[in-house]
Amino acid sequence: MSRIKEFTLPDLGEGLTEGEILAWLVKVGDTIELNQPIVEVETAKAAVEIPAKWAGVVTRIFHEAGSTVEVGAPIVAIDTDPSAGPLPAGDPAPSAPAGFDGPVPSAESLAAVQVAPAEGAVEPGLIGGPAPGGRTAVLVGYGPRTVTAKRRARIGTPTASPTAAPATPPAAASAALTAVPAVPAPAPAPPADPVRATGPVLAKPPVRKLAKDLGVDLRALAGSGPLGSVTREDVHAAAAALAAPAPAAVNGRAPAPAVFDASREQRIPIKGVRKLTAENMVASAFTAPHVTEFLTVDVTRSMKSLERLKSSPEFRDVRISPLLLVAKAVLLAIKRHPMVNSTWSGPTNEIVVKEYVNLGIAAATERGLIVPNVKDAGRLSLRELAEALNGLVQVAKSGKTPPSDMSGGTFSITNVGVFGVDTGTPILPPGESAILAFGAIRPTPWVHKGKIKVRQVTTLGLSFDHRIVDGELGSKFLRDVGRFLEDPEGALLAWT
Amino acid sequence: MANDESQPGADAPAGGFVQLLTPDGERVDSVTTAEGVTYSVDFTDDEYRGLYRDLVTVRRLDTEATALQRQGELGIWASLLGQEAAQVGSGRALRPQDMAFPTYREHGVLYTRGIDPIMPFGLFRGVDQGGWDPNEFKFNLYTIVIGSQTLHATGYAMGVTMDGKTGGPDGEAVIAYFGDGATSQGEVNEAFVWSGVFNAPIVFFCQNNQYAISEPLERQTRIPLHRRADGYGFPGVRIDGNDVLATYAVTRAALDNARHGQGPTLIEAYTYRMGAHTSSDDPTRYRIASEVESWKAKDPISRLKAFLTKQQLADDTFFTEVDESARTLALDLRERVLAMPDPQPVTLFDNVYPTGSPEVDAQRRQFAEYQASFEGSAH
Repeated sequence: MSRIKEFTLPDLGEGLTEGEILAWLVKVGDTIELNQPIVEVETAKAAVEIPAKWAGVVTRIFHEAGSTVEVGAPIVAIDTDPSAGPLPAGDPAPSAPAGFDGPVPSAESLAAVQVAPAEGAVEPGLIGGPAPGGRTAVLVGYGPRTVTAKRRARIGTPTASPTAAPATPPAAASAALTAVPAVPAPAPAPPADPVRATGPVLAKPPVRKLAKDLGVDLRALAGSGPLGSVTREDVHAAAAALAAPAPAAVNGRAPAPAVFDASREQRIPIKGVRKLTAENMVASAFTAPHVTEFLTVDVTRSMKSLERLKSSPEFRDVRISPLLLVAKAVLLAIKRHPMVNSTWSGPTNEIVVKEYVNLGIAAATERGLIVPNVKDAGRLSLRELAEALNGLVQVAKSGKTPPSDMSGGTFSITNVGVFGVDTGTPILPPGESAILAFGAIRPTPWVHKGKIKVRQVTTLGLSFDHRIVDGELGSKFLRDVGRFLEDPEGALLAWT
Repeated sequence: MANDESQPGADAPAGGFVQLLTPDGERVDSVTTAEGVTYSVDFTDDEYRGLYRDLVTVRRLDTEATALQRQGELGIWASLLGQEAAQVGSGRALRPQDMAFPTYREHGVLYTRGIDPIMPFGLFRGVDQGGWDPNEFKFNLYTIVIGSQTLHATGYAMGVTMDGKTGGPDGEAVIAYFGDGATSQGEVNEAFVWSGVFNAPIVFFCQNNQYAISEPLERQTRIPLHRRADGYGFPGVRIDGNDVLATYAVTRAALDNARHGQGPTLIEAYTYRMGAHTSSDDPTRYRIASEVESWKAKDPISRLKAFLTKQQLADDTFFTEVDESARTLALDLRERVLAMPDPQPVTLFDNVYPTGSPEVDAQRRQFAEYQASFEGSAH
C-alpha cells in the first residue's frame, strides 16, 4: 500500500454529486492528526468541516478554495508515514482512489455502459424520477443525484470501448446501445409571441411557480411536454430569451446593479442574516415596549480629548474614533444606573440585572447587520477597549465573527453617524434593555458661554424597554452619557 | 438568558422540571412535584463515576461516527450529541428484564444495554440491516419510521400483562423512546390511548430536543408535552434531560410503577440536540447561534464533572483515564467499521423466513445464475 493516500470528496448528504471547497484549514506540509478538521465544504444541503481520515503530512491539495468538486474526486493527498524518510521515487499517488473502500470493478468488467435516464420512461417530475432538464425530483432528505447509471456488461454482449466510454456523452452512449431506447431530448420551445387563444395552459404547479418567479408568461409558450404541457425547460428557455437583449449602458452610466425581470420587480429570497435580523427585530419590537429619547450635545471637548489621546504614547499604535468615547461614556453611565443593563426574564418572573457589560456594536457587513459584543467591557482599560472595538469590527467585516461573540450582549451601540445621519430610534436587540444610537458629528452654530459659536455637535438617541426602564431612569442615563461627551475629563473627575 | 444558574431550576422552562443536578454541578437532595411525588437518587461513589464514564464514552463514540460519516464511511449518522444524559440515565434505570424500543438515535441506550456499539453501524454504512437479537438484549431494532415503535412497544407491554408478568418488584416493564416531533404522529397518540385504557406497563420516554428536524417545538404543541398525558389519563412528568440523575430517578420510578401494574407514564426529557438532525441537514439554517450557545452552558457531562470534582469523588487521573479509554474504544470502533465487508447481493435472500422456504431458495438460485451471467463476475 502506498504511503501517500488520496482523500476523495465523499457524498456528504445522501445522494449529493458535488461540493464547493469553502476553505482549507491546512496547507501542504502541515502535520495533521486523525479527525483533525482539514477543509470546509459546502454542499446543496450544508456547510460542513471534514475531519482528516488519516494522520500524516499534507503533500498535495488538489483544489483551491472556491472550486466546485465532484463527489469521488481527490481533494487532498496525505503522507501517512512521514517518519519513514523521503518518498521513494516510485511512490506516486495511488492508482485507485484511496477513499473508496467498496469493491473496485475492473476496467474490463466495467464496460461502463452508460444509460441516460430516459425522459418519459417515468412520469417526469415524480418523486425519485428523472425530471426534465436533468433534475431529479426531490422530496426531503435525498439530494439530486443526476449521474448516469453504470451497468456491467452481460457476457457475450458487444459493448462500447471501455476507455472511451466514461468520456462519452450520455446521449451518444445510449445511442450506441440498441437495447436502450434513446429518447431525444425535447427541443426547447421557441418563445412564441402569439398568445394562445384557446383553453387553459397545461403546466405543473412547480413549473407555474418557476414561471412566475422568472417573469415568464405561460400563455405565451408552446409546451413541449406531454399533451402540450409547458415544461421547466420551456420556461428556462423563454426566460433566457427575455434576458438576452440586455439594456446597454446609457451615456457611460453604470447599469443598475439589481437584476429586474419583465415585471420590473426583483425577488430576493428572505434567508440568512436578513431573516434572522427580521425575526429578532419583530420579536423585540412586539415584546418590549420601546421608548426613545434624544439629546443633542456639544462634543467639541470630546474631539479635543480624542486628539490628545491620539498623540499620547499609550495610544500611538491603536486606531481610535469617537465611538471609543461613546463606549466609555456608556460604560460609566451604566455603573451609575445599573438597571439599564438588565434583562426581562418572563419565564422566571424576574429582572436580571448584570454587573458585567457585554457591549454590543452594530456592524453593517456584506452579509447584513450583525451585533458582536465585547465581553465584560467594563473591566477593560481605555486602550484595551479601543483594541477590542477595532478587533470586533474588523472580524465582523471579514464575516468571521464566531457565534459566541454574537450572543450574550447586554447593551448595544449603533453608530449611524458613519452613514451621515443625525440619529435614529433604534430597536433593542432581544434580551437587552437599552440601545444607544450615535449620530454624525457636525460643525453647528451653538450657544457656548453665552455666545453663538461653531461647535462640534451630535445627537444621541436612546431606546429603552419601558417594562424595566422608566422615563426618569432613561433620561438620567442619557443625560450622563451626554455629560461625559460634553466634558469627558470633568465627568471622569466628578464620578470617580 | 438565565445567568444565575446555580439556583436549582433557574434554567427550567416555564412550569419547571425535575432537576437533581444543576448546570453548575450542585446536587439537589430531592424534588417534590406539584402532584406530591418526591424524586431523589442515592448513588455510591462508584455509581456516580460509572455514570460519568458512560456519558463520556457514548459521546466519544458518537463523535467518531460523525467523523466517519464526513469521511465518506457512513451513508448517514444521527448524532446524539447533547442528549447523552437523557439516554444514559434512562438506559441505566432499566432492569435486566425490561424491554426497550428505540428510535434510530438511541446509541446511548444501546450502549447501556450491553450491546456491542458496532452493531448499528452496518445499517448506517449500508452493508447490512444492523441487526442484533432484540430478545437477547431486551432492546428492539432501531426504528427509522417516526413514532411507529410506540405502537410496537404498546403491543409488547399489553402482552407482558397478558402473560401475567406484572404486579411485583420482579415484574417486567417496557420503555418506548421517541422525540418531540413524533408526538404529532397518529401512532404515538394511538399508543397513548391503548396504553392508557389497557393500563399497559409502559414508560413513554420523549426526548424533547426542541426540533423536529427544522420544526421548532412551538409548531408541535400548544402545551408542554408532558401535559398531554392528562388527556390520556396517566401521569406526565417533565425532567431536566441534561441531568443524568433526575433522568435516572424519574425513569426508575416510572418503570417500577409500570412493573407493579400501575400503568403508563409519559416522561418528557427536556434537552437539546446540539448537532444536526442527521448528517444530511444544516441546523444553522433554522436555529440561531445564541440559542445553541445558551444550551452549551447546560451540558450534561460538564455538570457531572463539576459535581465529581467539587465532591472530591474524582480527580484528573480519573478524568484522563476515562477520556483515554473512550478514545481507545472509538478507535477500535473505527477500525472495525472500516473492516466491515460489503454485502454479497445473494444475501438478500437470507433471513426472509426463520426456517427457509422452497420459493425463496428457488429465487436465490435464479438470482445467483443471473449474477453469474455478467463478465468478470466475482460473486
